[in-house]
Amino acid sequence: MTAYIVRRVLWGIALLVIVCALTFVLFRVFPTANPAQLRAGRSPQPKVIHEIERVLGLNKSLSTQFFDYVKNVFLHFNLGYSYYSDESVRSLISERLPATISLTLGAGVLWIVGGLGVGILSALRRHSLLDRLAMGGALVLVSAPEFWLGLIALFLFAQDIGQWRIFPGAGSYVGITSDPWQWFTSMIMPWFVLASGSAAVFARLMRGSLIETMGEDYIRTARAKGLAERRVVRHGVRSAINPIVTLFGLEIGTLLGGTVLIETVFNIPGVGRLAYDSITTADFSVIQGTVLLAAMFIIVANIVVDIAYAYLDPRVRYS
Amino acid sequence: MTQALGGSDVVLRVEDLRVEFPSEDGVVHAVDGITYEVHSGRTLGIVGESGSGKTVSSLTTLGLTRRQGARVSGRILFEGQDLLTLPEERLRAIRGNEIAMIFQDPLSSLHPLYRVGAQLVEAVCAHRDVSRAKAREHAIELLDLVGIPDPARRVDAYPHEFSGGMRQRAMIAMALANEPKLLIADEPTTALDVTVQAQILALMERLQRELGMAIVFITHDLGVVAEMADEIAVMYAGRIVETASAARVFAAPEHPYTWGLLKSIPRLDAPREQELVPIPGAPPSLIRPPSGCHFHPRCPYAQPDHARVDPALASSLEGEPAADEPGHLVACLLHADVRRRLWRQLAAGDTPEQALVAVGPFQESA
Repeated sequence: MTAYIVRRVLWGIALLVIVCALTFVLFRVFPTANPAQLRAGRSPQPKVIHEIERVLGLNKSLSTQFFDYVKNVFLHFNLGYSYYSDESVRSLISERLPATISLTLGAGVLWIVGGLGVGILSALRRHSLLDRLAMGGALVLVSAPEFWLGLIALFLFAQDIGQWRIFPGAGSYVGITSDPWQWFTSMIMPWFVLASGSAAVFARLMRGSLIETMGEDYIRTARAKGLAERRVVRHGVRSAINPIVTLFGLEIGTLLGGTVLIETVFNIPGVGRLAYDSITTADFSVIQGTVLLAAMFIIVANIVVDIAYAYLDPRVRYS
Repeated sequence: MTQALGGSDVVLRVEDLRVEFPSEDGVVHAVDGITYEVHSGRTLGIVGESGSGKTVSSLTTLGLTRRQGARVSGRILFEGQDLLTLPEERLRAIRGNEIAMIFQDPLSSLHPLYRVGAQLVEAVCAHRDVSRAKAREHAIELLDLVGIPDPARRVDAYPHEFSGGMRQRAMIAMALANEPKLLIADEPTTALDVTVQAQILALMERLQRELGMAIVFITHDLGVVAEMADEIAVMYAGRIVETASAARVFAAPEHPYTWGLLKSIPRLDAPREQELVPIPGAPPSLIRPPSGCHFHPRCPYAQPDHARVDPALASSLEGEPAADEPGHLVACLLHADVRRRLWRQLAAGDTPEQALVAVGPFQESA
């Protein structure tokens, strides 16, 4: 098991280098706006642009720039400096991390609890009104783009512009330490909107998986043993959850991608919003930093999922 | 079958049980009015092809067809109470406690993600108010009882770490956890190697001797039933077509379907030239079963009016003074005398066609 984890971690690091290279190619090799020009202000002198290029290291060859960057990241944990504000990317990200963590953790809890709960209820009351409503709703949520859902939510429920003025609207985010209640209420809409798509996917998957396992022979055995129906269902859920765990690692990427949209729509000062802003200003080192952070998170989550899977299914452990 | 055998008590009495499943294509008549008794310490073998209703009738006994939307009528009397009318909660208290069941495929019947011991403990705790530590001790004893080596270590193994035979032993241990009065075994050896099969059968016989429980043994394999059963009921298309003591069924079977089953088992002591005689055709549809005698489309001896008249299960030697086994019932429209002459020819090695020629033209209907 240890050898397996070490192997997975090494692969993860290799993957991060590849992600670095891909982002680099995407934003630096392919034609984009010249960051030096963007920074130099309106109709700048060419020599100002050259000076900025020299300071930012943009006049070096692309391969040198790339290797310098990778070396800094992996050997010195230095993500570089914003082309725009000269702030270190690391401090830019760490300032905004708490907001993103609150958003993803809350949405993650809603996603798992809501998705699995609705899926289990639907499976156990198959073809009931509840099942039909839940699965119909899930289909809508899977199909609806998150930014659109976010706008609709603001339009309906925001305290400033909503039809029913219930929840604080866009831009109402405060840190949990400064005002916990305000923090909580301002996050309710973003949590629900961010979780909706993933929760809907999981509800549908869980329903299908549980319906399948409830038809297994060992469920019949559990009933033949005289177990209470609650316990029988637990036997079913225990098996049904396994294939879902694998998908958790994949779906977490969707969730992180969603933070970019949700933080933009709700104006939450998080890493997703930072990524969005840095793309609009071609602030390459910030883009690279946020992409790396997200990639690292997904890689770690997937390693955790695979280890959890081995723990959840004894048959995997031995093969 | 209606009278007590050797003075032993009736544990289970099934009366005119009918089980139907509504489906998109029509109503499936899975069990079509069957009656049988099981006596304590004895084994009833229920024999038939797949789809003959043998499994459904047993699942219904435990109430396990309820949630599949089965329509059930008749009575299933267990210790004086009708299991069919019992509320789910009371029935649950009987399941796995007084009536236990084991199934065909022990791998798929055990939960793959729970340790064998945990599954045994669960069976104990479902019906007894004991601590988990006590239940675990009991689980180890049970594994020992069914002959699993090193039970104190094996109790923590997962099902996939067991061989097929050991899994079925574990299933049996689980079924015996609460010392049931009746054990329903649904093809318990079908998925196992022949040598393992023999071990499991020997184990079940030993446990029956030691614990005195009644067994309903469901199988399609007459060889297994010869080994295990005291009484045999042969099922075809949801009905019992013949029932008698095991010895009687093998020595003097009366129903053409039973003959077909007997003639289609390979025998090691038969000359190699003697060919097996399979029963022609396929099991009938249970949505629209054949008219008259359900077996008539596949019966080599069927007469024209057998497609119209539905035979009742009746004493094989109705009206004859020499009825040496009154419990022998058969549902066949052929005359008893004709049946006996036909079987004599078949037993001598004739094919059905040869037997028909030898017996000559006969008047149908008893």
